[in-house]
Order: sequence, then C-alpha cells, then structure tokens
Amino acid sequence: MKNDVNLLPTPFTELLRPHNLAHSWERWEGKLSVGVYDNDVREYFAIRNAVSLYDTSPITQYRITGRDTARFLDRLMARDMTKCRVGQAVYACWCDDAGKVVEDGTVFRLGDGDYLINVQEHNLAWFEDTAYGFEVSIEDVTEDYCSLALQGPLSRRLLEEIGLSGIADLKFFRLAQTELEGIPLLVARTGFTGDLGYELYLAPRDAERLWNLLWAAPIAVRLVPIGSHALNYARIEAGFLQVNTDFIGAEHCLRPSQRRSPFELGFDWLVDLKKPGYFVGRRALEREKAAGGPRRRLVGLDIEGNKPAVDSFLYAGNKEVGRVTSAFWSPICKRNIALATVEAGHDALGTELRADIWTTKELKIERSMRSARVVPRPFYDPPHKKS
Amino acid sequence: MSPAMTPARSRYDAVMIGGGHNGLVAAAMLGKAGKSVLLLEGSDAIGGMAASREFHPGFRTAIPHLLYQLHPAVSRALRLHRHGLRLAAADLPTIAFRQEGGTLALGDSRGAGDAGADLLAFRQRLARFARALAPALARTPPRLRTRDLESLATLGRLALGVRWLGREEMRELLRVIGMNVADLVEENFADPTIKAAIALDAVIGNAMGPRSPNTVYTLLYRLAGKTGHRAGAIALPKGSMAAVAEAMAAAARAAGVEILTGTSAARILVKDGRSAGVVLPDGGEIASDLVLSSADPRRTFLEILGPAALDTNFVRRARSWRDRGTTGKLHLALNGLPAALAGAPARYLLPGTLATLERAFDSLKYGDLPERPPIEIAIPSLADPSAAPAGKHLLSAIVQYVPYRLAEGDWSNRRTGFVETLLGTLEAHIPGLRAQILAQEFLTPADIERMTGASGGHWHHGEIALDQVWMLRPQPGMARYATPVPGLYLCGAGAHPGGGITGLAGYNAARQAIADGRTKERSRP
Ligand SMILES: Cc1cc2nc3c(=O)[nH]c(=O)nc-3n(C[C@H](O)[C@H](O)[C@H](O)COP(=O)(O)OP(=O)(O)OC[C@H]3O[C@@H](n4cnc5c(N)ncnc54)[C@H](O)[C@@H]3O)c2cc1C
Repeated sequence: MKNDVNLLPTPFTELLRPHNLAHSWERWEGKLSVGVYDNDVREYFAIRNAVSLYDTSPITQYRITGRDTARFLDRLMARDMTKCRVGQAVYACWCDDAGKVVEDGTVFRLGDGDYLINVQEHNLAWFEDTAYGFEVSIEDVTEDYCSLALQGPLSRRLLEEIGLSGIADLKFFRLAQTELEGIPLLVARTGFTGDLGYELYLAPRDAERLWNLLWAAPIAVRLVPIGSHALNYARIEAGFLQVNTDFIGAEHCLRPSQRRSPFELGFDWLVDLKKPGYFVGRRALEREKAAGGPRRRLVGLDIEGNKPAVDSFLYAGNKEVGRVTSAFWSPICKRNIALATVEAGHDALGTELRADIWTTKELKIERSMRSARVVPRPFYDPPHKKS
Repeated sequence: MSPAMTPARSRYDAVMIGGGHNGLVAAAMLGKAGKSVLLLEGSDAIGGMAASREFHPGFRTAIPHLLYQLHPAVSRALRLHRHGLRLAAADLPTIAFRQEGGTLALGDSRGAGDAGADLLAFRQRLARFARALAPALARTPPRLRTRDLESLATLGRLALGVRWLGREEMRELLRVIGMNVADLVEENFADPTIKAAIALDAVIGNAMGPRSPNTVYTLLYRLAGKTGHRAGAIALPKGSMAAVAEAMAAAARAAGVEILTGTSAARILVKDGRSAGVVLPDGGEIASDLVLSSADPRRTFLEILGPAALDTNFVRRARSWRDRGTTGKLHLALNGLPAALAGAPARYLLPGTLATLERAFDSLKYGDLPERPPIEIAIPSLADPSAAPAGKHLLSAIVQYVPYRLAEGDWSNRRTGFVETLLGTLEAHIPGLRAQILAQEFLTPADIERMTGASGGHWHHGEIALDQVWMLRPQPGMARYATPVPGLYLCGAGAHPGGGITGLAGYNAARQAIADGRTKERSRP
C-alpha cells in the first residue's frame, strides 16, 4: 500500500519492516499490519511446523472494571460469564436485540471486577450502551498494550528459552500475569490458528526489549514473522470465523437479512439459554429456537478437487442453497476446505452439495461444478493445541 | 398520619402501577373482566396529573383543566356518569385576545363566533379528517411484520382504508397530514389572530413551533377527541379534572379494584423472563402474572423495570425518547373577576401571532424564556362553584414554551422574573387582574415532573411526533401495549395514542392484555 502514511505504526512496525520484503502493508483498524512478508505458504508452514510471530497490536482492547462488572458481562455476552474465573480466558459472542451477533472476541478475567475484552472492531458504543444502569467503567486500552501472537508447535519452547519458566503449566485458555527481565507480561494461551500458541501483551515501551529477547533465543532460527494471509489459512483450518468475511456484525449490517444469529454461525456453544439472568438478545434467541431453529447454518465443506471454492455458490440439485465465505486448499489436511453458509436442511454432516467454482487462468475463466460435502469443523485440530 | 396501608393479598391477577386517569381506566376494565386488580399509586392522591390540587385554601384545580378528548367508549364502559361525572360547562366558546388589543370570538363546536364562515368550514373539514383518524386512535395499532418504513406507510394506508372520506378529501388529508400548521393556516386565513389561535392548539404540549413538521397531525389528534358526543366541544368538568379521575376511581372500585395510594412500585419483578409482580418500597413482594404501568415510558423502562431486563437498542431508544415538557401552569386565586373575564364561561387564548409563537418556540429551543408566552386560560369558578370560595374566582392558565431546563440560570432564580412576565402579559389584556390576586403559583415542567412523577413533566409522557406515534409509540414493535417483557404492559399517555384526558391508552391496553391472555389460554396444551 503506497499511501500508508495515514496508518499508524504499532510499537513493532519498525522492527517488522526489515522482514517485510514484499512491502505488503495492510490496514487494521487504522494501524499498519502486514499481509505477506515474503511467501505466504512459508509463513503458513511456520504456524503448523515451527513458530510464527504475528503483530496483533491493533487488536481493540477494552478494560472493564467496577462493581457490576461480572453482572454487566453476563448481560452483554450470550454465554454464562459468571463461570469465568480469575486467570481464565473465555471466547464469547454478543448479540443485539434481535439476537444477531454483533461480534465475537476473547474475554480475559485479570482479577476480581477486572476484565479485558479483545475484539477485532470498535465496540465502545455498544458496550457503554449495554452498560447503561450498571456501575462499570469501560476503557479503550488499545494504546496501553501492544501484543504478539506466537503460534506453532515450537512456541512453548521459544517462551521457555527466553526464560518464561512455568509456561509448560499454563493450560489452554488460561492467563499468566508475569514478568520477564523486568518486562511486565500478560501471557494468554489463546490464538487464532488452532495450534499450540500464546499471545503476549505488554506495554509499548517494552516492545523492542521483548523483540530482542525473542530473536536471541536459539529456537529463533525457526521463528517466522507472518502476515494476515498465512494467518487466514490457519484460521480457516481451525474453523474460526472472521468478522466481515464469514459474517457481518449486526451493528454494521445495512441489510437486516444479512445479520446472523449465533445459531446460524454455529456459535450454539457460546449461547447459554439456561443461565439465570437476562442477556441482550435472549428473548429473540428463545423465539428463534421455539420457531424451529436457525434458517441457515454456517458449515464446513470438503470440496472435490484442488481449486479453492472462493465465493462459490452452492447448489442442491438445481437450487441455490448457500454460498462459500472462506475457502482454501489446506496443505496440512490435503483437502480443499471451505466455510459456507447454507440454508437449513442442507447443513447436516454428510450432505452432498455442489460448488460452482470459477478460476482464472491466463485471462481465461474456467468454471467447474464440484461436489462439496458438509464435514465437521475444525478441519485441523492437533492434540498439541491443548496438551 | 394515615395508617400504613398494605395490600389485602399477596397475589393478584393484575397489578397496575400508577393511578393517573389511564391507570384507573385500565384497572377498571380489568376488574370488569373479572380479574383481581391491585392499583398502586405512589402519591397520596389518585389522578396523576389530574389529581386535585388545593393551591390556596378553598381554591381547587388540577393540572389539566379542560376536557375535550375523553373518549365516549371509555365513559360508556366505565359508566362515568353513574359514578358521578358531571360537566359544569359542556361546550365552552373560545375567545382570543388579539396581540394588538381587543378580542375575537372564535365560537364553540357549532359556530365560529365573529370569525366567520371560513373558520367554520375549515373546522368542519379538519373535523372530517379527525374523524377518519379517530377510529384508529381508539384501537390498538396494526401489527407490523417489518418495521421502519412500513410503519410510516401504514399512516397512509390507514387513510386509504377510510373510504368514506372520498377521493378528493382523502388526497387532501394525505397532503396536509405531514404539513406544518403555519403553512396550513396561511393557506386558509388572513387574520393573524385566527391563524395563531389554530396554531396554538396544534403545538400546545409539544416541543413544536407552528412551522415544525407534524403540527397538522397534532392538531388532528386533538380534534379527534369528543366530549359527550360532540366533536370539538371543550368542556369543564364539575369539580375540576380531579372529578373525572374520581369517577374513574369509583368505577374501578365498583369493579373490585383495590386502590392503594401512597405506595409506589419500587421495582417490577421479572422471573424466568416474565413479569412476575412488583416489589414495594419496603421490600414486600406482590405476585402477579400481569403488570401494567401507566407511569411514563422512561420511568417504567429505565427505573421501575430497569435496563437489565431489556435489550441494548431498546434501552438506547428509551433513553432518546423525547419527553422534556414544554408547558407550565399558572394558578391565580382571585378576589374578584376583572371585566374582561366576567362574561359567560369561556376558554381564553393569548395566541399572539404566528411570528411571536415561532419566536417563543425558538426561546424554548435554546433553553430560554419566551418574551411573549402563549397562554390558554380557563376560569372554572364561573361555571363550577366548587373551584373557589363563594364570590372568589380561580384562574387556571396553561403557558406554552416553558423550558424544562434553562440554558442560563435555573428556575430558583428566574421564576419570579418569568411570573412577572406572565402577569404583565395578562394585565395588558385583562386590566385590573393583578389587583385581584390573592395567591398564585406557577408550575414549571420540572415542578410537574416532581409532583406527578411524569418524566420531563411532559403533557403526553413523550412528544406526539411522527416518529413517536402509532406503531412507533413508544418504540417500534411495541405499539400493542405489550412490552418486550411478557406480561408487562404500558398503558399511560406514553403509549398509543398519546396524552390528554382520553382514557384511551388505558382502555386499549387493558383490552389488549385481556385478549393476549385469552390467546395464551387457548394455546396452552
Ligand atoms: C401543564 C399541562 C396541562 C394539561 N392540560 C390538559 C388539558 O387541559 N386537557 C387535557 O385533556 N389534558 C391536559 N394535559 C395532559 C394530561 O394531563 C395528561 O396527558 C394525562 O393526565 C396523563 O394521564 P396518565 O394517566 O397517562 O398519566 P399520569 O397522569 O402522569 O399518571 C401516572 C401516574 O403514575 C404514578 N406513578 C409513577 N411512577 C409510579 C410508581 N413507581 N409507583 C406507583 N405509581 C407511580 C404517578 O404518581 C401518576 O399518578 C395537560 C398536561 C400538562 C403537563
């Protein structure tokens, strides 16, 4: 991107720049982010076989404190937040009045009445208005932190080598507030890759020191900075949804019909209709359930051949029943995979659909109808992710 | 002190929050349908805005003073006449004080006084339009499948449904309904006082000037009311508006309703997502599957129910509901009547001109006090001896364009000055008035809020603007009186069709709640 002058650097931008051979800068909530450093496939394989480094500093972060924090979060989120203990991270989604997903994100419980919400887009207005009548303070702390995602099977070794002792004991979706050579660090065993991995949050002034520690580790020979493209491949394999790609947040959707309920997105496990209190969208979700469930479903597809079914329409017989939102030929699964939204009734595992795939070769467009089978997500779920 | 009153039972079929006139009507309707009903009124008297007020010994009044919208269906259903409602005057003429001095008689519901045939024809035409709207005001608005645009379109569709208006008239109604009243009267009249008098009736109670959009609708809303069976008649109830509320209370009691004053509902109980009763200030709980609130939408949703039971966008809309009052009330206890007011009982207006009205509205907009406040006056004591001690008189005046909150200073230091403006204005048209004053009080919208609990002290519990009426009142998708919390209904002026002493919101809401209950009964396995 030429006119990157308007985008703000993160505390890591200058450190990343020498690696960014492709000069492929992208926009992420007004900050500079890297698309591809050199070769997206190499970067992807670092996630799956070595250790990858992704600058997640632009992630929007809200710190929630105050007397009613727990009650507020339980009102905001569709899942039972009262079960989230100190030192725990929770993946959650929040809905609007109509029970449509506004966004999803991770919630870190740092202490009693002290939480951090990490989310792709700005949500301050939604959070504040949902907190009306509650004694909570919601602060955008995006600038107070910078962060790196270190993901891949060698990520634990890297952290051990830089001296983060006890990292082996940190369980999946748990947090550690620690210090490394005087650098206060928040380590979360979370990530967007579906692999073993960690996210490190720290003050911007400590960015360079942490960077140097990382690159000084012996295993750093296997450390590869990755861009958003490689990350996108990994998250498709992991079956994670990307806002604005696989769904549009309810508050940004211009067409009401394009809003999605958590059930439609397969977020059923993020909705707890048995929890005692009211949460935003609950009545609408109960109605949706009572009316026979979602009218469409987000599914995983395994598609014949090796051409990624990007944006493909899906057919059952001659009837168009859905569309692919993310597609990628997965080297590690050796499968042509996709995430798609299909009408209810075509979402059962094993359902055979057909994908209309268009590919361009030397200005020639080729079109092929390939069979597409509904399969479970995630496509890739290695045991070391949680071990 | 009166003994602490407690409810006779711990469970009722229905609990009514608020004993304003709409709450009383709804409670009576529910009682008549065989339900056990407890009505909780937070203040010490029933009536809400229409509660009796003795502001000086022997001088009795209520905030609303003239009756012109009480719906015949309500009077009939509650047999208000049998429960003691009498009119002291059934069809008051209106007399306008001209800006430049002198008066202009504008007639009563059957004539146009000195204003001539044009005014009569204009009124008849508006009356036809109002009649076309009236049935819909008296009913629960239609259910809408999708919201937004369709809701507005329904306004149009409704007019189409009223075939008997005829093509020509229907087209005219659709043309004028979105207009502002200034343009409408400019099209029809030359006399500045006639223009302003009509415009004042259109804007009173709302934060609107004669050139604000939507002011033809507010005029029609007002004209859609009837007193007795006479459209457009303005009546004076015997015993002030409080007597209307008392007749309604008598009807409610006769229907078995238990009325408890001095006891507010501190909270609405929600269990398993449904309303389950109310919590009293002492913490006691009254169980009831059906709860109706005639408190205003802001208080009902954001305080008594509380945002925790509601969705975010709903709370957003409840917070941005426009309900800042614009009308004040002046009460004067008079030793005797100055000559200008001593004729037959009438409604007097100080409408000024369209220009002074619009200017006064500008002051309101900017939180300032109008230099020429528009005023509506009634002298209840002329027709109703109970209003004042023998030989004395009561002047009741509604002052339009009184800000709820002042941009500069506050009511504590600007009240005296403004009352001086009011008395000066009155004295200019009614010489000798000041010399007769025994006592006076002036109530600002903030005072009215404090006294009646109505947020903002707003006449209608919320502006009668096109985005706040019909299926949008008080929120899109909530026009059928049912709130998002099953079992909780809104039945005060903030619900369809709006405020004024109509009884319709309460009447419609009770019927809707009863009908919904039957549907639920039928669908039970
Ligand atoms: C200055 C002014 C002049 C007016 N003049 C006229 C007129 O001349 N003619 C006319 O037709 N209309 C007039 N109106 C309008 C009319 O008075 C109102 O629209 C009408 O009285 C509203 O009735 P309601 O029953 O809906 O609400 P309200 O009368 O406001 O009643 C609501 C009741 O709920 C009670 N309440 C609130 N919270 C609680 C709680 N938590 N627990 C228990 N009780 C609670 C309140 O105490 C109150 O009694 C005027 C209004 C104003 C402000």
